[in-house]
Amino acid sequence: MAILVKPDTKVLVQGITGSFGGRHSKLSLEYGTQVVAGVTPGKAGQKFEDTVPIFDGVAEAVKETSATASAIFVPPPFAADAILEAVDAGLELVVAITEGIPVRDMIEVKAAINGSATRLIGPNCPGVVTPGTGKDSHGGCRIGIAPGYIHKAGDIGVVSRSGTLTYEAVWQLTCNGLGQSTCVGIGGDPVPGSTHLDIIKLFNDDPDTRGIIMIGEIGGSAEEEAAEWIKENCKKPVAGFIAGTTAPPGRRMGHAGAIISGGKGTAEAKIAAMEEAGISVAETPSQMAEALIRIL
Amino acid sequence: MNLHEYQAKQLLARHGVEVPGGQPCTTADEARSIAEGLFAAGQEMVVLKIQIHSGGRGKGVFKDGFKGGVHLCKSADDVHEKAKAMLGNTIVTKQTGEAGRQVHTLLVASGEKIVDEFYLAVLLDRETSRPLIMASREGGVDIEEVAETNPDAIVKLNVDPLLGLQPFQARNLAKALGLSGKLIHSGAKLIAGVYKTWWECDASMVEINPLCIVENPDGSQKIAAVDAKISVDANALYRHKDIAGMRDLNEEAALEVEASKFDLNYIKLDGSVACLVNGAGLAMATMDAIKHYGGDPANFLDVGGSASTEQVTAAFQIILKDPNVKAILVNIFGGIMNCNTIAEGIVAAVKETHLTLPLVVRLEGNNVEAGDSTLANSGLSLITADSMAEAAQKVVAEAAA
Repeated sequence: MAILVKPDTKVLVQGITGSFGGRHSKLSLEYGTQVVAGVTPGKAGQKFEDTVPIFDGVAEAVKETSATASAIFVPPPFAADAILEAVDAGLELVVAITEGIPVRDMIEVKAAINGSATRLIGPNCPGVVTPGTGKDSHGGCRIGIAPGYIHKAGDIGVVSRSGTLTYEAVWQLTCNGLGQSTCVGIGGDPVPGSTHLDIIKLFNDDPDTRGIIMIGEIGGSAEEEAAEWIKENCKKPVAGFIAGTTAPPGRRMGHAGAIISGGKGTAEAKIAAMEEAGISVAETPSQMAEALIRIL
Repeated sequence: MNLHEYQAKQLLARHGVEVPGGQPCTTADEARSIAEGLFAAGQEMVVLKIQIHSGGRGKGVFKDGFKGGVHLCKSADDVHEKAKAMLGNTIVTKQTGEAGRQVHTLLVASGEKIVDEFYLAVLLDRETSRPLIMASREGGVDIEEVAETNPDAIVKLNVDPLLGLQPFQARNLAKALGLSGKLIHSGAKLIAGVYKTWWECDASMVEINPLCIVENPDGSQKIAAVDAKISVDANALYRHKDIAGMRDLNEEAALEVEASKFDLNYIKLDGSVACLVNGAGLAMATMDAIKHYGGDPANFLDVGGSASTEQVTAAFQIILKDPNVKAILVNIFGGIMNCNTIAEGIVAAVKETHLTLPLVVRLEGNNVEAGDSTLANSGLSLITADSMAEAAQKVVAEAAA
C-alpha cells in the first residue's frame, strides 16, 4: 500500500499562511488529503480556511493533532530552520517544497539530521502524492504542489528530480490506464534529502508497487548510483528517462543541481549506466510510460 | 555567480589567505600608477592580467592580433603600453567562443618568483553532501587532465560540515602536496583559509590554480594563491550584499540578463528551434526532443510554474532577439494552472510581439480542451500538437522549411 504516505496520513503545513503554501494547502484539502494543522510562528489560535488549526510551532501541532508528515513552504532564508524544527518534533516525513535554499544550509541540515528517524524529501521539489481511489484520484494524500487530478490509484512508482516532467510521466501512465502507488519528486537541488536510490529501495520493498519509473537529469551521479543498485538488487521492472542530452556543459539548467561540471554528470553517462543495469530508457520524454509498459 | 580573479583574491585575503599584492584597474594610467607602487616596494616584475570570466587567458589572442591576456612586465612604461593594448580590446580564448570577450578590467599584481606549483580546490561532493577538498601536486594545469593522466597526484578529503576543517587535516593535506618544514604550517594555514572562504562566502567552488611556493626577495619561501577562481551560490547572495555587488553584467549574455528581470530562466544556444517551457526538467527534455527529431535547440527557457501572460510575452520578445531562430515551440504542462488562461496568454503575447515565425503549441493538463479551442479560434496561424513528440517533429519541420 504505497510508500511514504497513505490516504489517511495526517499532514501539517509549515508556512500555511503564505500565499503559495496557502494555495496548495487548499488544493490538498480539496483533494481529500488529511491536512490537520498549519504552523506559522505568532499565529497560533487562528484557523486556515476556517477548519485547520494553526500553531506557533511544529511540536505543539504534532502533540495536538498527531500529524506524522510535514510540508514546508517557508521562504528560503528560514527553510533550513523549518526542516530542523520538523525533524526535532519527530515527524516521520518532511517534504521541503521551498526552492532556493542555500546549498550550505542544506549541507548542514543533511549532516545534522543524519541518523534521525525522519525522512526528508526535497527541497525544491513538487512533493509526494499517493493517489486516492475517488474520481480523478480524489481521497489521496497530496503533499506539495503536484496537480492531483492527473493521478490514478495503482501500482506504478514514480521518482523524479523534476516537477513538470513527473506530471508528464504520471499523465502518460494514467492515460494508458496505469495507476500509481506513489509519486515522489525528490527535487532539483544538489543536496537532496532523499536520492533516487533511497526511494527505489522503498518501492522495491513495497508489495503494492509492480513497476517503477525513474526520471533523472544532468548533474551529480545519483542516477548512476541507483542504476548500479538496481542491476544487482531490484526485483521490479524499471523504466527511466534522463533530461539534458542537449545541455551545454558548465551551465546550470534551471535547477541548481542540473549542471555538467568537470565532464561529470552528463546525460550520456547516466543513460549508459541505466541501460547497463537493464533499465528501459525512453528515447523521448513522450515515451516514458511506453518504456515501462514494454517491460511490465 | 562567477567572480573575477581580483574579486576572488579580495575574498581570500579577507579570510587569511596569502595572495600576491596588487589591484584592479580600468585605465592604462591607473595600471601604470599601481605598477609604479609595486616596483617602488621592491618588486622586480609586475604581472598584468585581463579580468574576464574565462580560462585560457594567457594563450588568448585579441581580435587585432595582439597576443596574450597575461603579461609579465619589467617597467611601468611596459605595463602602460600593454594595458593600453588590452583594455577595450576583445580577446578570444579556448573558452570564450569566437565572439570573444571585451576586456574592461585588468589586475596589476606582483610578479612572484615561483618555485613550485600545486592545485587546490574546495567544492561540494554531491555523493556525500559534504565539502570536498581536492589538492594536487601538479599545479598550473587543467585538473581534469591530471585526473586522467596522473590520478595519484590528486588527494581528496571530505570535511565534516558541522566540525569544519580540522588543523591536522590541513597539515596532512600540506604534507600530501609535498611541503616540508615550516612550509607545512604556512600551507596548512592557507588551506584552512581557502576552506573558510568557501564556507563563509557560500561559494560553490573555490579553485586555486596554481597554488605556489614563492621566493621572497630575502630568499625565504612562502605559500601563496597566485591565481584564484570563485563561484558563489546565487541562492545565498541575500546574505552577502558585498558579494552580490561583485556581479559583472558585462560577463553575462545580454539576453540572459534581460530574461532574469522577468524571472525567466533563459540560456542561449546555437540552434534555430526556440522553445518556451514551464519547468526546468521539462524544458531540458523539450530541447532533447527537438534534437532527437533532427533539429537544434536555440535556447533553454523555463517560464516557471505560473507562465503568466507577462512572462510569456517577455519570453517571446527575448526569443525574437535571437536572429538564428526559425521556429518556436511552446510546451506547457498546465498542472494547476488553467490551460485556457495559458492559451489566452499565448494569443495575447503573439499579438503583442507581432510574431511571424512558425509557432507550434503543445498544451496539456487542466482544462486543455478550452485552451485548444482558444488557440484554434484566435485567428492566428499557429500549429497545435497533442504530444511532445508530435510538437517536436512539427517544429523541426517548420524550422527546416
